Amino acid sequence: MNNAERKDYRLLLHEHMKKKYRKRIIIDRLATIFAIVCVVAAIIPLGSILLEVVKNGATALSLEFLVSPQGSIGSGKGGIGPAIQGTIIVVGLASLIATPVGVLAGIYLSEFAGNGIFPSAVRFLNSVLTGLPSIVIGIVGYVTIVLVLGSFSVWAGALSLSIIMIPIVVIVTEETLRIVPHSLREAGYALGISKAKITLNIVLMTAKSGVLTGIGLGIARIAGETAPLIMTILGTSLFFSSLEGPVDALPLRIWRLASQPYESAHSFGWGAALVLILMVLGMNVALRLLAHKKGFTVRAEV
Amino acid sequence: MAYFSRSLTVEEVMREEKAAVAGPIETTDRYKVVIKEINGWFGRKQALKNINLNIKDKSVTAFIGPSGCGKTTLIRCLNRMHEMTPGARVDGQVLVDGADIYDKSIDPVVVKRRVGMVFQKPNPFPTMSISDNVAAGLKLNGIKDKNLIAEVVEESLKGAALWEEVRAELEKPGMSLSGGQQQRLCIARALAMQPEVLLMDEPTSALDPLASSKIEELVRSLKEHVTIVIVTHNMQQAARVSDFTAFMYLGEMIEYGATSQIFKNPEKELTERYISGKFG
Amino acid sequence: MVSLVAFSVFRGSIEIFSYEGVIGFLTGTDWNAVEGRESFGALPYIVGTLASSAIAMVIGVPISLGIATFVSEMSPPRFAAPISFVIELLAAVPSIIYGLWALFVFRFWIRDLIEMPLYNAFHGSIPIFAKYPFGLDLFTAGIVLAIMIIPIISSICREVMRVVPNSQREAAYSLGATRWEAVRIAVFPYAKAGILGAAILGLGRAVGETILVTMIIGNVIGIAAIPTTLFSQSQTLSSLIANEFNEASSDLHLSALIGLGTVLVGDKKK
Repeated sequence: MNNAERKDYRLLLHEHMKKKYRKRIIIDRLATIFAIVCVVAAIIPLGSILLEVVKNGATALSLEFLVSPQGSIGSGKGGIGPAIQGTIIVVGLASLIATPVGVLAGIYLSEFAGNGIFPSAVRFLNSVLTGLPSIVIGIVGYVTIVLVLGSFSVWAGALSLSIIMIPIVVIVTEETLRIVPHSLREAGYALGISKAKITLNIVLMTAKSGVLTGIGLGIARIAGETAPLIMTILGTSLFFSSLEGPVDALPLRIWRLASQPYESAHSFGWGAALVLILMVLGMNVALRLLAHKKGFTVRAEV
Repeated sequence: MAYFSRSLTVEEVMREEKAAVAGPIETTDRYKVVIKEINGWFGRKQALKNINLNIKDKSVTAFIGPSGCGKTTLIRCLNRMHEMTPGARVDGQVLVDGADIYDKSIDPVVVKRRVGMVFQKPNPFPTMSISDNVAAGLKLNGIKDKNLIAEVVEESLKGAALWEEVRAELEKPGMSLSGGQQQRLCIARALAMQPEVLLMDEPTSALDPLASSKIEELVRSLKEHVTIVIVTHNMQQAARVSDFTAFMYLGEMIEYGATSQIFKNPEKELTERYISGKFG
Repeated sequence: MVSLVAFSVFRGSIEIFSYEGVIGFLTGTDWNAVEGRESFGALPYIVGTLASSAIAMVIGVPISLGIATFVSEMSPPRFAAPISFVIELLAAVPSIIYGLWALFVFRFWIRDLIEMPLYNAFHGSIPIFAKYPFGLDLFTAGIVLAIMIIPIISSICREVMRVVPNSQREAAYSLGATRWEAVRIAVFPYAKAGILGAAILGLGRAVGETILVTMIIGNVIGIAAIPTTLFSQSQTLSSLIANEFNEASSDLHLSALIGLGTVLVGDKKK
């Protein structure tokens, strides 16, 4: 290979390259523009949703709206009191079930389990659970509780929601516990403390904020779920009577209101949506910002 | 926007014609790369201070110095890679064949056609075969002629002393090669672009001694066709491989000269101390 | 405690399967026909589910990739975090609120800005645009589903793209690649598996989304539910379950709906 031959290639190739150069630059610019357009396209709906909810919902808001039971259909009177109460009760109960189960499972996976078959199976099933459509979970709740107990009830709704919440808590708990540096655990061992105590007092306390974030996000998520509630709590227009009876909830109420043909019902629907979105987005924004500050990020699907 | 290569082509053509008349090309005495008053920053921190350097054509120039002296930063200024780091900035001129690559009218993309780079850790594209890896730069820049590409791939692999080892398995994934082979693959990939200057940033520091010596041999043979600038933290390597050596310390060019002179008879005391291993 | 989780999943499925045996429901699914009230076949709804999810993916995946590329490769560092944060908020909005918005606001945008012009331009000559558009149809449902899955897909894509080692990008740049080209040859191939996983996750969400679809897909039953055009009304498995559930008359009907749920899950497990 002598010099003359190599120069040959160089001229030839560089000539070619020059020809294509302009086109490549244009494609690069277009790609950048496309990416920006995508971002804008995704943000516009968010803005619109927030705008509409606030705009249409604000008019319906009033103290009466927030606490009264539903008036007769189409009357434009009454409010969503039962729905708010119901949401608080069902979500509260669900979290009471889900939190210990989820946190304990997370602790188990992170501290006591290795990578054997059983833990891997658990993790796998856990991720399967996160992917289950919420309506299927509603079916599960229906079949296990409603049919067995004979009526739509708070239990059924709470159970279904807890099934949705548990995987979230498990995943976040396991992950935040993993992040706790080993040296802390080792210091505990060195001092002769039993493993259980170490885990509880040292590790958990360190990861406290992360775990709480997970719980909080779980609550925010289930507060907004509608499908599982359709077949478990039925949704009534009355206030809460008993744990074995049906109850109302915000998402359900919004759905019913939206389905009615009356303008006033729609307006109530927006009002309820405003309450719901304030709750859910409020929790999300607060929790995620706090998580950011503490230095860990949370994935979108949680 | 002026295309840098356009002016080069004319020059090259003229040189071709001159060579055709004058006979086979002999090594010229001119400077391929002239570094003028280069200052480089990472954010607020100044990493390069008033560097001035002339690099001879068809030679091997080594940058040596202790960690953090700026040798990698400097070499990355020679193909406009330094400024791609967020917050990084360059000031000054780098003339390749008399034309400043930092001229406002020149697109950095174009610079890289003439000045290629090989990195410390071999980085072949994992999803591509051996031949696709070598051809990557060509295809990227719009070359479509399959025969031409195949020819250039073969030439480049030969130039990187890898052809004989892989000629039977060009379609195998690039990552299936050993570390030393991967690095030669990366060299072939850079050579395929027909660069006039090849920058090598500690090309053997991730390799075992046997692979390293193969690469050193390669560098010595490549200099006939390409001007080479090599950064190395291994002084013996610099002594073995380079014609000229530049010693840097804390962002400044301390001493520059023929390798034999630097190593046997350094002018500056700092150079002497580094060479004799007193620090770094 | 952990077993409770696993257990719940299985328990639910067992109940469903025991109901399954009651009717020839499975055979109903195999055949195409859906007749009056006595025979329940799932085909139209399967088509609806697939069609709406397909639309969601076709629109959602490219946009998600665009966002992920922008945030991870192109954006100035100080915008990256806020933008991703905002996109993630999209994921936090409960789906009925999406439904509400889509029902009262968005569908009019779609109808007026996209569907009407398309219909008028082609006047029924092109099959998929043939039906007179109301805005409450397969197309709108597909688009809103796309909006819902974008945050999920884009955040995972962003993560996998971020992890691609910089040395890859540098290799591409050193060969004279433009920024887009560097992403194309250095980042995408490396992140391919992760991107696929993200897409599947998004698909799962689109398939399973119930309440939103119920509200805006038009809700028809039976053979009419097989959508022939982009603008026809349709029904998905989940939305049918939601709609019918509270008025399910006979046990047969009920178990049919539960069977649909199984199909849904079965489809997803794939």
